[in-house]
Amino acid sequence: MTHRMASAALALLGLLVSLYLWLWKTGALGLLACGDGACERVQLSPYAQIAGVPVAFLGVVGYFAILAVSLAGLQEPLVRRRWPTDAIVIMAGIGVAFSAYLTYLEAAVIQAWCRWCIVSAVIIVAILAAGIVGQRGLTPPAPRTSPSTPPPPPGPPAS
Amino acid sequence: MAGSLKPFYIGLGVIALAGATLIYAARGRGGEITDVDVPPVAPGGAVFEGHVIGSDSAPVTIIEYADFECPACAQFAILTGPDIKQRLVATGQVRWIFRDLPLSMHRNTMSAHHAAQCAGEQGRFWEMHDQIFFNHGRWVPERRPERALRDLAHAILVDRGRYDECMSSNRYMPRLRQLQADAAARGISSTPTFEIGGQRVSGALHYDELKRLVDRAAAAR
Repeated sequence: MTHRMASAALALLGLLVSLYLWLWKTGALGLLACGDGACERVQLSPYAQIAGVPVAFLGVVGYFAILAVSLAGLQEPLVRRRWPTDAIVIMAGIGVAFSAYLTYLEAAVIQAWCRWCIVSAVIIVAILAAGIVGQRGLTPPAPRTSPSTPPPPPGPPAS
Repeated sequence: MAGSLKPFYIGLGVIALAGATLIYAARGRGGEITDVDVPPVAPGGAVFEGHVIGSDSAPVTIIEYADFECPACAQFAILTGPDIKQRLVATGQVRWIFRDLPLSMHRNTMSAHHAAQCAGEQGRFWEMHDQIFFNHGRWVPERRPERALRDLAHAILVDRGRYDECMSSNRYMPRLRQLQADAAARGISSTPTFEIGGQRVSGALHYDELKRLVDRAAAAR
């Protein structure tokens, strides 16, 4: 279950980064610790929100979900179940695709690199990697057999 | 299982606490105050005094050095500006001076500052100031921002012919260069920077922080 511990720790870091960017977006923080103003340029661009929802807030929600599933997957009833790891891989996969799109926007459209966004992109890739490694370590689910199912009728004798 | 996870949970708790502390500490960042001897700029002197709102008899004068492309300046203008105008300027407590400080690191800022001067020529500086800050997304990412700025100017009903003639003449470039040089001579290199009484403070201040400095400057008179 080391991969779930790793994804939980990484998701917590991602959650903090997203929370920081989201709080800045809401005006709760003074200045972004970014150095050259590139983070602010990215965060104030029209691409920093989707349908009125700040992208940073989407990050908060996404990382929180990964954190919750990772921690749940460490609890005794779920520790041998496969689905928490599958859920982590699916969520991280969506996150990686979204991060790739945002990174493309930074490079090709906004032409500014937000360091915190890059940190977040690295974190989500690392979570996906941890999830994939975890999937390989888990035994595949056993095929279902029912004791009440009658055995198949014998086929014709082989010629 | 739960027992073996205890160090892990403690580690997560430490990360969460450290992160929360750093974010909390970032709340007030940018409000470092220094005492300065603010040299006055006489109206009508060699250097343009700035764009002024508020009563000449207001007990406190605030000079804002701002760059139109600076995100923190936009944040300040959007989040704090309306409160300042309503609660400090309109009530006669503060005379506000906006001094252009286009920073060389910003690609489109000179065009924006020049557009604001051209709108100011028609008595629409503050309207253009708000348009520029509130619509960063429309002109900052552009390679050639002139068209977007022109649209913003037209939205506040400036005379199109006079605006276009002003922009093409570049006649306010010397003023902007002079304001840059004046700010550099005062040791101001970041925006927004405020001079409030004898104190200088940088960063996108919240209203409460600014009000505290205004009260301090009024009390020191």
